[in-house]
Amino acid sequence: METKPEQLKHISREESAGYDHKTQDYIRNAAAHGLYEIRGLGAKRKLPNFDDLVFLGASLSRYPLEGYREKCVTKTLLGTRFAKKPIELEIPITIAGMSFGSLSAHVKESLGRAASELGTSTTTGDGGMTQEERLSSKTLVYQCLPSRYGFNPDDVRRADAIEVVIGQGAKPGGGGMLLGQKVSSRVAKMRALPEGIDQRSACRHPDWTGPDDLAIKIHELREMTDWEKPIYVKVGATRTFHDVKLAVHAGADVIVVDGMQGGTAATQTCFIEHVGIPTLAALRQAVEALEDLNMKGTVQLIVSGGIRTGADVAKALAMGADAVAIGQGVLVALGCNSESYIQNGQHLSAEKDYAALGTAPGFCHHCHTGKCPVGITTQDAILEQRLQPEIGAKRLRNYLKTLNMELTTIARACGKQNVHHLEREDLVALTVEAAAMARLPLAGTDWVPGMAGY
Amino acid sequence: MCGIVGLLVKSPPLRARLGELMVPMLIGMTERGSDSAGLAVFTPPLPVGERKISVYSGLTEAGADFNWQGLAHDLKSHLGTTVTVDVRGNHAILTTSFDPEAIKRWIKEHHSKLQFLSTGRSIDLYKDIGTPAEVAARYDFASLKGSHLVGHTRMATESAVTPERAHPFTAGEDFCLVHNGSLSNPHGIRRMLEPHGITFETDNDTEAACRFLEWRLREGDDLEVALQKGFEELDGFYTFLMGTPDELALIRDPFACKPALVAETDDYVAIASEFRSLAHLPDIKNAHVFEPAPEEMYVWKA
Amino acid sequence: MESMIFDLATTPLRELNQFLHHEAKTGAVEKVVVLNPDGAHNIAVGLDCPVEVEVKGHAGYYAGGMNKTGSVIIRGSAGTGVAENMMSGKVHVKGFASNGAGASAHGGLLVIDGDAGLRCGISLKGGDIVVGGSVGSFSAFMAQAGRMVICGDAGDALGDSLYEAVIYVRGKIKSLGADTHIEPMSEDDLAAVADLLAQAGMEHAPSEFKRIASKRELYHWNADANQEY
Repeated sequence: METKPEQLKHISREESAGYDHKTQDYIRNAAAHGLYEIRGLGAKRKLPNFDDLVFLGASLSRYPLEGYREKCVTKTLLGTRFAKKPIELEIPITIAGMSFGSLSAHVKESLGRAASELGTSTTTGDGGMTQEERLSSKTLVYQCLPSRYGFNPDDVRRADAIEVVIGQGAKPGGGGMLLGQKVSSRVAKMRALPEGIDQRSACRHPDWTGPDDLAIKIHELREMTDWEKPIYVKVGATRTFHDVKLAVHAGADVIVVDGMQGGTAATQTCFIEHVGIPTLAALRQAVEALEDLNMKGTVQLIVSGGIRTGADVAKALAMGADAVAIGQGVLVALGCNSESYIQNGQHLSAEKDYAALGTAPGFCHHCHTGKCPVGITTQDAILEQRLQPEIGAKRLRNYLKTLNMELTTIARACGKQNVHHLEREDLVALTVEAAAMARLPLAGTDWVPGMAGY
Repeated sequence: MCGIVGLLVKSPPLRARLGELMVPMLIGMTERGSDSAGLAVFTPPLPVGERKISVYSGLTEAGADFNWQGLAHDLKSHLGTTVTVDVRGNHAILTTSFDPEAIKRWIKEHHSKLQFLSTGRSIDLYKDIGTPAEVAARYDFASLKGSHLVGHTRMATESAVTPERAHPFTAGEDFCLVHNGSLSNPHGIRRMLEPHGITFETDNDTEAACRFLEWRLREGDDLEVALQKGFEELDGFYTFLMGTPDELALIRDPFACKPALVAETDDYVAIASEFRSLAHLPDIKNAHVFEPAPEEMYVWKA
Repeated sequence: MESMIFDLATTPLRELNQFLHHEAKTGAVEKVVVLNPDGAHNIAVGLDCPVEVEVKGHAGYYAGGMNKTGSVIIRGSAGTGVAENMMSGKVHVKGFASNGAGASAHGGLLVIDGDAGLRCGISLKGGDIVVGGSVGSFSAFMAQAGRMVICGDAGDALGDSLYEAVIYVRGKIKSLGADTHIEPMSEDDLAAVADLLAQAGMEHAPSEFKRIASKRELYHWNADANQEY
């Protein structure tokens, strides 16, 4: 009698590293839609970052400061090069530019309130200045972008500083984007666009190209404001060493460098993940450029793109930044990717709304849809109510306070009375990539890859 | 980035004032470029068989004190040729009736830190680091005479600030180029040219454009055809101003984001990135002032 | 009161602009004359009161930039970005204008008697521009709102990615930009052109102009529509 072969119960599941699930989904989406994927937030892939650096705290060779009793100064001055009225901040942690349009008006107000309480600044974003933000934010940085949406001289005069934006970390070389569902009547009016269209911004400024002409544009802004306000120049991190030098030559008071981890409310995924360099590498290049020109201390440096914790802030300062700007972290503090929201004093679940977007709390990056389940990146009148300014302001205030406390704790532990005294020799790296990018020695060794010929 | 200036004098009496008229033009472009400056001036050509070589001694140990007479003496005893030397600052013009390449080879072997800036019968080229005013004073630009010149002030974008990377760049003999803008494919151009035997001295993007033209001219294209090919091959933003013994040529890329302005009178043609540099020129109020159109070649004969 | 004179050959630009931002606002002066501009940049930027500024010569970049209620006349040519981001008021260039004339202007009137360079009216946001001569390529690029009247010719890619701004051209158009087309002139268009020409002091028959407006096919992403991006 013939015996039947045994049925194999084993299901073969050999995954491809190159054609993994994510890649297969991407290809199927492209085949289905014929259009690139657009999403919000920043680079999600794993990158060398500040987590790969650690501090050398005090011990026998260095002496620490007592927490709480021995002061640690966090005051930060920005824009000392040419401006008559530099910006004075209480903490070196600022709020990055995020537009009204990508965010709701409530959120802009929350940002302003929290920033004012902590003595720091907010930044307008690619959509112009709203009344809510100017009234709630004590120190407001007004962006001048390629699109010039809502840009007008009255707001220039009302601003505390002006930031000429050349690019941002999420999409260096690209312009802004706001999909039709978020181009509400108010947003449309501010941006001089028809309501409901898919807004595509220019990627170059309309009236200047190149650092030689930027110098004249910066001059115009100075002449406009009688040389009172600091002029910032913001670049997305790519050829950072050259860009920072050119920004200095063009006359910037402050330079903002935004690494590839920096977020956006909407852009092509291919941009977010594949254009730009990590903040860690960019920061080192920026500091080198300033030192090369002997401008450290004269031109200030703000770094952004994946600054999440007090430790990140401390490391950024130690590497040579004068301040940091936070975007995504601020949104998460407000409730981005949270399971629930508060309305009328009650905690309500947002899970269904995440599910409707095809995602779940903790995984969402659908800012571009305007259907933010927690009411942050939306123009929808109903969704907007899910984040009340008082609650948003309180959460953000707490977050910024925590960051600042962690910053001073670390600084004291390294023996510093002033957070700006943190220096790169206080840091070592845990991986070879981070050591090479940050030009810091691998922990426990003298080895900085690339230096001394090996 | 940079500032460009060009001046061509049509009336002979003004030729003696070429340098004097040009210095304020160059200094007017300081805000556009304050790292380095340079210019190429075209004088009446030497007789056939003679050449002049512009040489820079700034990188040698002696610098401005370089012993040029000693060099001339050595060339006489080793190559048997008399070379006249005309020194300004850390620069000298060597005039010779000997094969200029042989002279350069000898000099390279014995004084490797001397830099050759140009070779030809008509061109003299100066370039150095420093502000335009400093460079103009160092070489006494105000006293230069000739029929036309091409000048440049530099704000370095990607390559370093060194004398060799300043503009103008030369290709072959009696040809030079200055550039305002930034090429986006200089490395690809370079890799395309190197197999053709074209050697590069710097990593500067302008040199890539200059050597591309050098290659096309070597292959028999005239300047206009070479520049047409340039429109296709060279990518990025640029205003180019070029000089040959009997003409100045100007082109702008199709986007024309980098500025250029021309002022023409019966006595001269002046070119600059901004009007500021032209404002002092004689009778500028009655000059025909216009902006060159993109992708068009403008040629003025000396 | 009479006019105040600033000679830029001897007075720093900063003093002129500060005067225009502060003293001029009191109404003590009606007119400010600027001598020897010689291509200086940023002349009369950020005007914030209805003062008249007469520039006797050529202006550099951004002349009359971010103008609000002021009236600037330039008796010569103007560099890049003349009247950029103007909110209201008037800027008149008697000669030619360089690139980016009237860039991102939200309101007011920019008049250029001669030709304008490339990207005239780029990113226009509601202002009006009248050009007596011709305009360069990429003019009215991404122009969102406002009107442009071109009495001469237009270069390549006119009105590329146009939103709701309308362009009127009397001469030849080298090529139209993405998403633009020629539409018939309505009675309202003829009246608008007549009014703008009158304001600019130019005489042409409105019927000689063509209307260029957006096809509005790029307003929304549409994979099946083979859009130009």
